[in-house]
Amino acid sequence: MIRALGWLAALGLAAGLVMGFGVAPRELTQGNVQRIMYVHVPSVWVAYLAFAVAFVASIAYLGRRAAPADRLAHAAAEVGTLFLGITIATGSIWGKPTWGTWWTWDARLTSVSVVFVMYVGYLLLRGMVDDPERGARFAAVLGIIAALNIPLVHFSVYWWRTLHQPPSLMKPGGATMPPVILAALLVNFAALALVGAYFVARRARLLRREAELLA
Amino acid sequence: MVWKDLLVERRSKETLNALAFFSLLLLFVFQFALGPDRERLAGVLPGLLWLGFVLAGLLGLGRTFVAERENDCWEGLLLAPGDKSAIYVGKLAGNLLLMLAVEAMLLVLFAVFFNLDLAGVLPALGLVVVLGTLGLAAVGTLFAAMTANLRARELLFPVLLLPVQVPVLLATVKATEAVLAGEPLGAVAHWLQLLAAADAVYVTAGLLTFDFVLEG
Repeated sequence: MIRALGWLAALGLAAGLVMGFGVAPRELTQGNVQRIMYVHVPSVWVAYLAFAVAFVASIAYLGRRAAPADRLAHAAAEVGTLFLGITIATGSIWGKPTWGTWWTWDARLTSVSVVFVMYVGYLLLRGMVDDPERGARFAAVLGIIAALNIPLVHFSVYWWRTLHQPPSLMKPGGATMPPVILAALLVNFAALALVGAYFVARRARLLRREAELLA
Repeated sequence: MVWKDLLVERRSKETLNALAFFSLLLLFVFQFALGPDRERLAGVLPGLLWLGFVLAGLLGLGRTFVAERENDCWEGLLLAPGDKSAIYVGKLAGNLLLMLAVEAMLLVLFAVFFNLDLAGVLPALGLVVVLGTLGLAAVGTLFAAMTANLRARELLFPVLLLPVQVPVLLATVKATEAVLAGEPLGAVAHWLQLLAAADAVYVTAGLLTFDFVLEG
């Protein structure tokens, strides 16, 4: 089951590469650099999806005290942090030739990095509690607070925004990009979402085996 | 709960005294680090002010549950009759009062050292400070309970608290800046709304999850 998911993800990635490099046209002003968007944008979506999963799993854990929910929250938060890291790294690489700088304290860069740091703190907390049951409880509380905080971070940071492009898809008036580019973006999103799901499944299984070993 | 903690604090004056001295030291450090250039200092003053509040808050809030831990009263807290969220409210109220006291002192010190005229803006500034401090204390109290029994609590507490507090910090600094510049509160209404929303979210989340934190 997990293996099939893995192969599906690999297939999706291949399709994403074809779409991103083959089918999608070269962007006029930015040139080939723009193609990094096909990783950059989908990975931030996957990251937030993973954080949403971690949020729901955290609530489920506090409600039912079921260990699988805790492992799911742990795995999803880790994978979300990873994908957010990918977003920041690819954005930085794209920003250098486009904006002329690796990093700027622009609104969306700032908010994403704040969320990133928040979840790194979550993973640190995970690592620092000796008693697994207590660790699961604390992490669930933090997972809930962190997820609730994401909109607050976005709003507060949005109000001193400067130079980032407005969001490509989720904005009033609908998407304005050409359908080919949109299709490439969505294929890559599906691919990265599959990769993320595969990682989460593998990580959760690893966590279960660790727990079984310790028990 | 509030009365107990405030009574202990009043008798010992331990935290308050130390924090007051700490905030004085902070002012010195800011001065030394930034030099005597008054105009530049005036520009970064709101930021400095909140940096001071947050640093003092980190120290003060981190100690929320020290008494319980050191005196082995943790079980006592657990056995206390009634709803656990009452303990949260009590601790939160105690922290809020303590921090407001420290912040008032820090504000006076700032006014003296940086030659600020606070008289006219005091009500507006007070509102911003209370809203910001409530947000800081709401999360701080929850996290303090969480980290109280951990190995690296001094380290983990700020590491967890600071990123979560970014919205509060941004909003308060911006609002303070506007207030000190003499603008009416209406100009920063969106920041105040954000602060109020953040406070509501944090306090609600704290009330609902405190039970799970306290278990042990």
